[in-house]
Amino acid sequence: MKRRTLAALAALALSAACLPALAQTPAPKTLKVVAHADLKILDPTFTTAYISRNFGYMVYDTLFAQDANGKPQPQMAEKYTSSKDGKQWSFTLRPGLKFSDGAAVTSADAIASLQRWAARDSIGRAMVAGGAEWKAVDARTFTLTLAEPSGLVLEGLAKPSSFPPVILPERLAKMPATAPLPEVIGSGPFIFKRDEWVPGNKTVFVRNPDYVPRSEPPSGLAGSKKTTFDRVEWLYLPDANSAIAALKRGEVDLVEQVPPDYIAPLRTDPGVKIGSGGTYQGFLVMNHLLPPFNNPKVRQALLQAVSQERIVAAMGYPLDMRMAYCQTYFICGSPNDTAAGAEPYRKADVAKAKKMLADAGYKGEKVTLLVPSDVTYLNAEALMAAQTMRSIGMNVDAQTMDWASIGARRAKRDAPEAGGWNMYVTVAGEFDVNSPITNAYLSAACGNTLPGWPCDKPLDELRNAWLKETVPAKRREILDAFQARAYEAVPYINAGQYTAAFAARASLKGTDKLWAGMPTVWMLDK
Amino acid sequence: MGYILRRFLSTLPVMAVVAVVVFLLIHLSPGDPAALIAGDLASVEDIEKLRAALGLNLPLWQQFAIWLGKLFTGDLGTSIFTQVPVVQLLAQRLEPTVSIAVLTMALTLVLAVPLGTLAAYRAGSWIDRLVMLFAVLAFSVPVFLVGYLLIYAFAIQLPWFPVQGYVRLSDSPGQWLRGLVLPCVNLALVYIALVTRMTRATVLEVLHEDYIRTARAKGLGVLPVLGHALRNAAIPIATTVGVGIALLIGGVVVTETVFAIPGVGRLVIDSVQRHDYPVIQSVLLLSAGVYVLINLLIDLSYRLFDPRITY
Repeated sequence: MKRRTLAALAALALSAACLPALAQTPAPKTLKVVAHADLKILDPTFTTAYISRNFGYMVYDTLFAQDANGKPQPQMAEKYTSSKDGKQWSFTLRPGLKFSDGAAVTSADAIASLQRWAARDSIGRAMVAGGAEWKAVDARTFTLTLAEPSGLVLEGLAKPSSFPPVILPERLAKMPATAPLPEVIGSGPFIFKRDEWVPGNKTVFVRNPDYVPRSEPPSGLAGSKKTTFDRVEWLYLPDANSAIAALKRGEVDLVEQVPPDYIAPLRTDPGVKIGSGGTYQGFLVMNHLLPPFNNPKVRQALLQAVSQERIVAAMGYPLDMRMAYCQTYFICGSPNDTAAGAEPYRKADVAKAKKMLADAGYKGEKVTLLVPSDVTYLNAEALMAAQTMRSIGMNVDAQTMDWASIGARRAKRDAPEAGGWNMYVTVAGEFDVNSPITNAYLSAACGNTLPGWPCDKPLDELRNAWLKETVPAKRREILDAFQARAYEAVPYINAGQYTAAFAARASLKGTDKLWAGMPTVWMLDK
Repeated sequence: MGYILRRFLSTLPVMAVVAVVVFLLIHLSPGDPAALIAGDLASVEDIEKLRAALGLNLPLWQQFAIWLGKLFTGDLGTSIFTQVPVVQLLAQRLEPTVSIAVLTMALTLVLAVPLGTLAAYRAGSWIDRLVMLFAVLAFSVPVFLVGYLLIYAFAIQLPWFPVQGYVRLSDSPGQWLRGLVLPCVNLALVYIALVTRMTRATVLEVLHEDYIRTARAKGLGVLPVLGHALRNAAIPIATTVGVGIALLIGGVVVTETVFAIPGVGRLVIDSVQRHDYPVIQSVLLLSAGVYVLINLLIDLSYRLFDPRITY
């Protein structure tokens, strides 16, 4: 009897295991996305991590937003006005906007949020330096007064990336940006489900019933963010093979970033489609405080030897997703694309670089290169940088460590023997590259605190002039002059441009509208 | 009872040493969580402010004292990245890990002990060779490769089981079991190989003992003889199984990564990669505690198999 009971129980358990669970209630319409990274910090104004920025766009909204053509468009703002000299601005919020706790969005919330953002962001800081003063006129209207004109007010308020100026309730926005926010309350298209959050595994959002969409169709980060999904799950699958298998089997709908070596095989799979996941630029960051890179002629010599094509090829991207050469310090193909100053470096020339290095007085000083072991594409970029430097006779000491260790070490200004460094590599997305102000590594203000510590007064003056100029033609002239100077001062070396890729189920609709690697999941349907 | 109490008390200095070593090892390794939290484009000034806010600029002894003080009050601290209490993180991760450990060891015992006993009883035969061939293969092929093969065969080609993920037992027992089949089979293969070999070796040794020969001479059947033999061979098998459970609770990183199971192993690796000190310290301390506890249980189990053992 006992044996029979046991056998029956075992059979029951097995059949339960092998059959899908019977749904008792209609399942919510769910989008499952394999996120490019594990979400750890829930405050997009606290960290530059892209996953936290993406989280911000799910739960918060912004006053303005860039459309797919890169133009700032009103988002939470109903209307705005500006004076002819660009010093006086007035903004009015759309009626009916609500936070997920039910409170109405007011001018006070917007002002406090923008002040918190301005404490962290490069454009925000420039606005503060330009004497920005915010004042509430009534519950929905507020003004901005600047002491100096700025050509970047709307661009700043619509800044897509690191840091996006998201609007929070005033009580949260008044908390300093030096610590992450303890709560997540926004007026964006989704609500964060903290009770279902498993850090390192899953982040869950549900549709925000109080979200008030714009009437315009979605475009870039602008327009309506009305979604057809009841629920969005971000899954973190650290094993790429499993992520792709889950996509093929239909367990997930979208893989946000596909490793380069999976792109070609996935293109042959009829059940899967590949699309652009945003444009990136590689950076070779040099320490300007120490020899040999404290000498601009050494930096120019290395720039002469760098083959962008070889570096991005080593990262593994297919031919059609990488550029052979990008002449601009910004993003090739973007409105700020310019060839100014680039001509001498168009073609990598090792012989010429060797001569330039000798002329610069390089005497075989050791160059300590920090090589990340745990980020595949950065490892490839660093190894190619080492090979390039060795090819022109530099004495390279490549030290391999994890990215966390590089993060700690790159902050040190000491000599390499005392724990410092000479070079490390990184990459940044298009929005953090495409202008003299958003591209932080182009900031050459003497005494700045970004690792590398470039210091070049002419470059810094041109950057400030560009920031203040409001006439488009003149701004363009300054931009060209800025880049020409950058090619002389070489604050860092552009290691090449490539396009990341996402992979989606072929049945997922709207993927053609996904824009610049941003998580605009409200454009999708299935 | 006195023995249990003595053993329990003797674990306290072990845990204290573990706590000190873990703390020092983690804090003396290079890397700065503040730099990781602040992000790639953060300035040195921002990172310094963050270090101060997190208390990472305090002298090491002071950080240790704070951590120890909280530990004595049962506070394991808060993840410096997610701001989620470590207790909550552990609670989320323990269920998948315990589920995997229990199912894997159950599968191991159900298959490995009979296989090992059969191989010992038919030592030298084709059955023995076949069992040993399986054991060598299961032991030698890398776990991640077996995982990928299982996914390809039983999740993609034959879509019987999911590729990834974990469903809580309380949400759906059927889905819970379904999701654990492939990870547990993946892990169990190694343990089946190990326990099969251990069982075969010990049973084979016992089968050559005089009392077994006597029992056989008296006409005792095969199953009662093997029953006697297994009881006498049980101590090394129990030790291996016990250590196996402790290893599984400590986290099985590769399997958890391949099947995206949010278990303790992944929590440790993620935390180590980002230098999330409070989480690493707590998980390693927990793992050490589990090892000590399971060793105690193994010792106590010896009396069940052999009443002659006294403490």
